[in-house]
Amino acid sequence: MTGSSDRVRSIRRATVTILVAALCYEAIARSGYFPAVLVPTIPKIAAALWRSLLDGTMLIHAGFTLYRVLFGFSLAIVFGVPLGIMMARYRPVQNFVLPLASALMPVPSLAWVPIFILWFGLGNTVSILVVFYAATFPILLNTWSGVRSVNPLWLRAAGAMGADENSLFWKVIIPGASPFIITGMRQAFLRAWIAVVGAEMIAASDWGLGWTIFDAKEFLNADVMIAALVVIGCIGFLFERLVFGSLEKATVMRWGMVKAVKS
Amino acid sequence: MSHIEIRDVSLVYDTPAGQVPGVQGVSLDMRESEFLCLLGPSGCGKSTLLNIVAGFLTPTSGEIRIGGKAVNGHGTDRGVVFQDFAQLFPWRTALGNVAFGLEMKGIPKEERDEIAFNQLKLVKLEKFVKSYPHHLSGGMQQRVAIARALAYNPSVLLMDEPFAALDAMTRDAMQRLLADVWRETRKTIIYVTHNVAEAVYLADRVIVMTPHPGKVKAEVVIDLPRPRDPLSVEFLDCQKQLLAHLGETHQVS
Ligand SMILES: Nc1ncnc2c1ncn2[C@@H]1O[C@H](COP(=O)(O)OP(=O)(O)O)[C@@H](O)[C@H]1O
Ligand SMILES: [Mg+2]
Repeated sequence: MTGSSDRVRSIRRATVTILVAALCYEAIARSGYFPAVLVPTIPKIAAALWRSLLDGTMLIHAGFTLYRVLFGFSLAIVFGVPLGIMMARYRPVQNFVLPLASALMPVPSLAWVPIFILWFGLGNTVSILVVFYAATFPILLNTWSGVRSVNPLWLRAAGAMGADENSLFWKVIIPGASPFIITGMRQAFLRAWIAVVGAEMIAASDWGLGWTIFDAKEFLNADVMIAALVVIGCIGFLFERLVFGSLEKATVMRWGMVKAVKS
Repeated sequence: MSHIEIRDVSLVYDTPAGQVPGVQGVSLDMRESEFLCLLGPSGCGKSTLLNIVAGFLTPTSGEIRIGGKAVNGHGTDRGVVFQDFAQLFPWRTALGNVAFGLEMKGIPKEERDEIAFNQLKLVKLEKFVKSYPHHLSGGMQQRVAIARALAYNPSVLLMDEPFAALDAMTRDAMQRLLADVWRETRKTIIYVTHNVAEAVYLADRVIVMTPHPGKVKAEVVIDLPRPRDPLSVEFLDCQKQLLAHLGETHQVS
């Protein structure tokens, strides 16, 4: 196994990519073609980021955004996983839910923001609901496929060993479908993260990374806007890699149910 | 009294393309601790019959009794081993797989781990209790599956070509191991195979089946002393006898 050296290599490759992109940006910023307030240089962005980190405002913004995203995301799991399982197990549930999902899925989550504001007013509820909406479909549909892909031999074997419905559910179907469920959660988090920033731009007041960007626009603070973008990117990346990556490593990869993807 | 009675069992599959006969008019009696092989070319209804005995399929007509009780769905008086290695739960270790049936019975963790460990020892896997199935070879996975089917102590063991996907050398070793396990546990075993030598090596009695529709064609008692020597003249005679029964229906091998 050369896991650790693979890892070092992939980190090195990612660093090179980021450095090159940053250099290109810096060259454009310093070229003089664009006004410096609109395209701030990297040191200026770094300074703005540093300032907002030091005085704690950026952390509070990030905290609000994370709270909204995790709240909505958890709701989506609590709702989507059981419903996806029921769809796969009971034909009438599938017949009822599938057309509904097909009709709702193409509606962008942000399109709901104005109507949610009408119903619930500005504030957390709107962002949380938008996250919930964005995250539910990937979780629901992946769980549904996952349960349908559970090897019938596992069900037969478990049945022969005396498993009742409850044990089948918790000890065979859920772990059996887990590669799909985790993939669904991964996609859902990405969508939720995109959705929450958008929702905050319109519906949040005072706090949130999306709101920061929108608010900074009023004062032409491009450096703050880009600093917030950097934070959004970093948190999204950390969740994707650390949270879902480790979850996969501890479960489905350890069990040999999915292979590690070379990157 | 017979342990397993199969009375005039037939099953017809309903498919979109029409009705396909699975097995037709099979009657059999097995005594306690008998090792019975169902032998025949593919499509002759061996799996169908085994799945009916296991309770996974309900016969279109006929009846099956185990220990005098009519079979109605699956039950923990029967353990089942399939051909496919994927039958193990990938998310459980070897020990966790073997302990599953005991867990379903509500046996406390320490006790079931001990029983499961002893079952794994019986199939010579005590060094691999903590391994996940994907780290085990095909032969080892099938041994875990056997241990798992035995762990909750069913009186009947049903096996559907469990070694057919293994290489020839592993298969020989597995047959010897199974013969030992059977001698120690004295289960009543129904073992499906399309391999003549395997049937002669393992069985007390071989049921030869023929396809279109799946029927019992002949019954051959293998009365050789154990452990059996596959190179002995008597062993080869039994093989010839079975091949003769098969040959009439089965030209392509
Ligand atoms: N699920 C099924 N649906 C329809 N026909 C089936 C099904 N399973 C088996 N059959 C048919 O029943 C017959 C017996 O099959 P099977 O019991 O699998 O034979 P074997 O195990 O001896 O190869 C074959 O003709 C097969 O095509
Ligand atoms: Mg078969």
